[in-house]
Amino acid sequence: MGMTITEKILADHAGRKEVFPGDLIQARVDIALGNDITAPIAIGQFRRIGAREVFDRERVVLVPDHFTPNKDIKSAEQCKVLRDFAREQGIIHYFEGGEIGIEHALLPEQGIVVPGDLVIGADSHTCTYGALGAFATGVGSTDLAAAMVTGEAWFKVPESMKFVYYGKLGEWVSGKDLILYTIGDIGVDGALYRAMEFTGETIRDLSMDSRFALCNMAIEAGAKNGIIAPDEVTEGYVRGRAKRPYRLYRSDEDASYVDVREYDVSRIEPQVAFPHLPENTRGISEVGRIEIDQVVIGSCTNGRIEDLRIAARVLKGNRVAPYVRLIIIPATPLIYHQAMEEGLFEIFLEAKAVISPPTCGPCLGGHMGILAKGERAVATTNRNFVGRMGHPDSEVYLANPAVAAASAVKGYIAHPEEVVKEV
Amino acid sequence: MKLRGRAWKFGPDIDTDRIIPARYLNTSDPKELAKHCMEDADPEFAKKVQPGDIIVAGKNFGCGSSREHAPIAIKAAGVSCVIAKSFARIFFRNAFNTGLPILECEEAVEGIDQGDEVEVDLGKGEIRNITKGLTFKARPIPPFMESLLKAGGLMEWVKQRLEVGGR
Ligand code: SF4
Repeated sequence: MGMTITEKILADHAGRKEVFPGDLIQARVDIALGNDITAPIAIGQFRRIGAREVFDRERVVLVPDHFTPNKDIKSAEQCKVLRDFAREQGIIHYFEGGEIGIEHALLPEQGIVVPGDLVIGADSHTCTYGALGAFATGVGSTDLAAAMVTGEAWFKVPESMKFVYYGKLGEWVSGKDLILYTIGDIGVDGALYRAMEFTGETIRDLSMDSRFALCNMAIEAGAKNGIIAPDEVTEGYVRGRAKRPYRLYRSDEDASYVDVREYDVSRIEPQVAFPHLPENTRGISEVGRIEIDQVVIGSCTNGRIEDLRIAARVLKGNRVAPYVRLIIIPATPLIYHQAMEEGLFEIFLEAKAVISPPTCGPCLGGHMGILAKGERAVATTNRNFVGRMGHPDSEVYLANPAVAAASAVKGYIAHPEEVVKEV
Repeated sequence: MKLRGRAWKFGPDIDTDRIIPARYLNTSDPKELAKHCMEDADPEFAKKVQPGDIIVAGKNFGCGSSREHAPIAIKAAGVSCVIAKSFARIFFRNAFNTGLPILECEEAVEGIDQGDEVEVDLGKGEIRNITKGLTFKARPIPPFMESLLKAGGLMEWVKQRLEVGGR
């Protein structure tokens, strides 16, 4: 019987010919990632058991991105734990100051994660790297600590679900809308413990940035990983970036899936997820009039260059509505630079947006745009849980960057067509 | 091992932001985290919970972030065990790795109300509702995870390997 891409990557890293869903395996990890929230605990564990050296200083990656630039004394101390450890261990991929970007945008961009990798990260959105055809999954700090020492982690091989997308995407519809629509269909535990494999002609035509957004939110359906088989688009992206040789895996024709779902994307309009779960999705035409106080365009879901370009297209010649804040956060320094060179910042500044340095910031209610009691935000992020962006009585609506930008201009959740003047 | 306490009931999809809001994640001190445990689900919880008490929740408990602060906060608040219809996968892993006992059992969740006195026999996977006089059987823990627990958690297991292999 054939294997899925997920099974093949796991089997190879466990030194086996084949694996089956439910098997418990011990596998080699190519990259182990931690951030300023999760790594301090892992480093504490590492020291507690008396470990002296990480298994490979090129494969342990530390990105302090959540509360940086440090928002207060406590977070500064957390970051110092990372810095001291990185220096002591000679960690190659440690990022500081103006090198810092949001981890899940940074690692693929810098070629640190490559197709065929097995990656664990002490951050749930580690599943983003599935867009490169890698097996990548979020774990806790203790798992990270163990992997930092041994270079291995244990896994239960997940069952796979196949999602087939066909048809042509509408003008303002992106990878973000596909995943929101899918989570709306299967629910926040619809893929619990499983692998989500995204395929079909629509995916083949999808840009890398949209693919990252799609795989990023697999965790929001409870999945262990999201994955897209690598193709020319993937290779075009990794060529010139990859820091290591890579390997392209594909699912066999006769691989087995617990569930196969098909979606005609030509019928999917821009999606909005209502509070307080990503599964509460509606097409934009069914949203009604929802007034807002803040818009955030950024995060590991939608803070990439394509996202900023589309936001600029909507914002061009427009101005943010009175009493509304628009915060734009390029996900990495490279994207920041690129946006500046392309003249996007001028459009953002003329529209009266705030441009933040790369950081997770408001995405998790950290800093750089926290909501007060009763306030509402539209965000291109991935979670709209209670209190996610600030006060427990505030609300977050999830959308793509075009809808977010249009909403900032209108002051209520709006379709980009209401705003864009050209065409 | 037997655990006993009052039940605190919660609904489905209790996410990690409700278990421990990100605004408190600038520390990983268990005592600090315990003060804000379950704050955005029930602001009174951390003040009223007693040592040994048990959280009883619906499906997908612990969904969202990978923060180990969630099981740490629950444990440090004095909660002896979490019973849910199902757990989100990272939370499931983290609970085992940090030594917070968790049990999956739909019937028990249906058959336990807020404030009921509950006793759990971890070895047998048995849950007893003392108040109502009901007994439930939880889904058994996978053998591999039991071996991790026996070693005293993941890091102890790694430590044993280190001592043998000597890195
Ligand atoms: S941008 Fe948001 S979701 Fe992504 S890693 Fe940062 S906090 Fe997590």
